Amino acid sequence: MREAPIHDLDVLVIGAGGAGLRAAIEAAQRGLRTGVVCKSLLGKAHTVMAEGGVAAALGNVWAEDSWQVHFRDTMRGGKLLNNWRMAELHAKESPDRVLELEAWGALFDRTADGRISQRDFGGHRYARLAHVGDRTGLELLRTVQQRAVALGIEVFMECKILRLLEDPAGQVSGAVGYWRATGEPVAFRAKAVVLATGGIGRSWKYTTNSWESTGDGQALALWAGADLIDMECMQFHPTGMVWPLSVRGLLVTEGVRGDGGVLRDKDGRRFMFDYIPKMFAAETADSEAEADAWYEDHVHNRRPPDLLPRDEVARSINAEVKAGRGSPHGGVYLDIASRHPAEYIRRRLPSMYQQFMELAGVDITKEAMEVGPTCHYLMGGIRVDADSAASTVAGLFAAGEVAGGLHGANRLGGNSLSDLLVFGRRAGAAAADFAEGRPGTPVLDPAEIDAVLAAAEAPLAREAGESPYALQAELHEVMHNLVGIIRTGPELTQALDQLAKLEERTAALAVTGGRAYNPGWNLATDLPFMLTVSTLVATGALERRESRGGHTRDDFPDPDPELGSLNLVQRLGEHGDLELVREPLPEVPEALRALLDETTT
Amino acid sequence: MTAEVTMRVWRGEPAGGAFVDYAVPAVDGEVVLDVVHRLQAGPAPDLACRWNCKAGKCGSCSAEVNGTPCLLCMTRMDELPRAEPVVVAPMRTFPIIRDLVTDVSFNYEMARRLPPFAPRPPEANGAYRMASIDVARGQEYRRCIECFLCQDVCHVLRDHEEHKADYGGPRLFLRAMELESHPLDTADRRALVRDQLGLGLCNITKCCTEVCPEHITITDNAIIPLKERVVDAAYDPVAWLGRRIRRRTRRPDPSPLPAADDRSPDKPASGVAGRQ
Ligand code: SF4
Ligand code: SF4
Ligand code: FES
Repeated sequence: MREAPIHDLDVLVIGAGGAGLRAAIEAAQRGLRTGVVCKSLLGKAHTVMAEGGVAAALGNVWAEDSWQVHFRDTMRGGKLLNNWRMAELHAKESPDRVLELEAWGALFDRTADGRISQRDFGGHRYARLAHVGDRTGLELLRTVQQRAVALGIEVFMECKILRLLEDPAGQVSGAVGYWRATGEPVAFRAKAVVLATGGIGRSWKYTTNSWESTGDGQALALWAGADLIDMECMQFHPTGMVWPLSVRGLLVTEGVRGDGGVLRDKDGRRFMFDYIPKMFAAETADSEAEADAWYEDHVHNRRPPDLLPRDEVARSINAEVKAGRGSPHGGVYLDIASRHPAEYIRRRLPSMYQQFMELAGVDITKEAMEVGPTCHYLMGGIRVDADSAASTVAGLFAAGEVAGGLHGANRLGGNSLSDLLVFGRRAGAAAADFAEGRPGTPVLDPAEIDAVLAAAEAPLAREAGESPYALQAELHEVMHNLVGIIRTGPELTQALDQLAKLEERTAALAVTGGRAYNPGWNLATDLPFMLTVSTLVATGALERRESRGGHTRDDFPDPDPELGSLNLVQRLGEHGDLELVREPLPEVPEALRALLDETTT
Repeated sequence: MTAEVTMRVWRGEPAGGAFVDYAVPAVDGEVVLDVVHRLQAGPAPDLACRWNCKAGKCGSCSAEVNGTPCLLCMTRMDELPRAEPVVVAPMRTFPIIRDLVTDVSFNYEMARRLPPFAPRPPEANGAYRMASIDVARGQEYRRCIECFLCQDVCHVLRDHEEHKADYGGPRLFLRAMELESHPLDTADRRALVRDQLGLGLCNITKCCTEVCPEHITITDNAIIPLKERVVDAAYDPVAWLGRRIRRRTRRPDPSPLPAADDRSPDKPASGVAGRQ
């Protein structure tokens, strides 16, 4: 067994997307020894895929906007399964986090009077998303990356973390993993650890997520003894590309609809008017004339149904396709070509224009796009304290997609970039506090490190066995067919059964080639994470016998008020088996509840 | 339906390697990266290749296809000649880690050499005002996805290993110009760019602009204006006329490439970004 060299830090951040870098910046600004570990190169994290914008009630375009309205939109969009305190902090603090990015060099699109421009997005009452064309995520990530570089933060690139390490008192004290380039082991000793590893979408066949989204943080936290909540709440983005097959699932930004694009069936009908749910009827236009007028005048018109929250739109598209009114490749049409001049489309949506032109040969200024739902975002995740982003394990913090609570059962577009700034900063600050208050040097157990590494390296030594690629393909089928956008009890039971069998087979994984930059082996080490989080999703989905937000049960099509007041908490029990308990949501204080009940301005 | 394509992929390590042919069925609508993924799931499970977004947005999958530096995820198979093998090779300018993966840490180290953004103080309410017209150019620079294809193609780096110590390359010049022209920035990086980052070595061949997948006009909109700013403080104007040498990028030589020499044993070169 090769020995893992140990790097010493005060704060270790795992994940170099927006949340991880924002957390690291906060800790480094406090003067703590801060390191960031990431599976890819710096600047490649999934944050770059965020296109539309960052939601913040700056009130630059509509002075009527305020944190109260943002709070309300977030809670209602989340079908009230949200952690109210997170939603409050998020709505109050996101404007400052956006302005801070400007002070670090970001260049947002401007209003006529030189302030940050804001665009419309689904579920937001006012134009609220600060943006840079349709590449806002890149701007955000580059800005925090450059700030991190300016602060001299140490970045450990292309490093996979296999396990968190705890001291005898059960405090998280570091992590062990390997360098992807060489396959050599490495360990970190830290007084506090922030998880910011993003999502889990790689378990599904059609997904907007990159190879990195294998649920690393969720599984690391679970194995370290932390609670996770509402893992069944998975968002399927309504508009992914459906053709060509090789790009199926690739994200088409909601900004297309925010900027006037509309959904149509195969006959050109704007079908979203048929799917306006009661909860949003009072604030949604019921005629094309009113919907179109809204783009110019948000105060006297109601918003188009094309901009309902994502769960509603995704389900509607699914239903249209099922009813045989879809496009040739099994999607529906997203049309902006007939609604705006080509120059406007190219200016507002340059990367969408390029993406369709280069990958599908479709000119979106002339033709409609074919789109359909694609696996996108996990609302559930590690259970955290709203103010400190602390998990239920001492020394372990979580921010961004890996943490649960803020978005409830459905996330509004634009709320994830603001999420990762607001809670990235809070996690970094709280981790810094914890590290400063922790006496002595954390103790690591070399035997534990060795055991983790031995398990990870086992597939390299096996002569013959299961192919990690084949196992992943089977996992994709299970999750796509049985734990997709529409779920049923019997199918979820079947999924759990199949996931258990796949998990058993990981014991026989065998890879060819050496340890240096070997994607087959890397996948073999990701599979236990993917299977663990997939099991959490299916388990939660079976237990939540209702339909709410991103979680839709065909056999329980309505929301159940009782389940809607509960978090489904999953953790490892005493004997290492998964345990699920129902716990009441934190109660919304009176003053904030009043904001939710109000249905019109 | 049974049409096949031959993929000629460079396989190897810092010590050396060779092109290996793989015959695979042709599939409609695929990009080169799709085929690489099919090779991984089939005959070449350990074929090393970086990727993340598969949409031309992250700049991970840079390589050279039929001799042209490009993003594997944005290079469509149906636009390549079918009769010939499709040659997929790693970027030639950077040391090999394995197969299609190169050690691009040079670019990260260079990025740390530029003094960071230093804004003027904001208005009383904590915000800044900037006009659309003043941010437009900077936004073009900031479209950069750091694929480093421009660095790969630039002959100063590609053909002159010795310049890696004193030449930032087009990506860094773009970043320098971005900072220099930022409406809020107050720092002056001109002397540094001229004296330590080798701006004068660029002779405006425009090869970088030609390969940029983000279609950033690196030379005309960044390097030339940067040279103009720097020229104030004595600059050789001969380079202005610049020999515009049309360089066809060549397939990387499968013989050993210079290996990274600064790797510490426990931190592979791709994973280093030292503290400053
Ligand atoms: S224009 Fe300058 S920077 Fe660009 S490739 Fe030519 S020499 Fe290199
Ligand atoms: S300037 Fe263009 S070619 Fe160079 S790194 Fe940026 S995106 Fe790539
Ligand atoms: S994978 Fe992101 S640019 Fe190719």
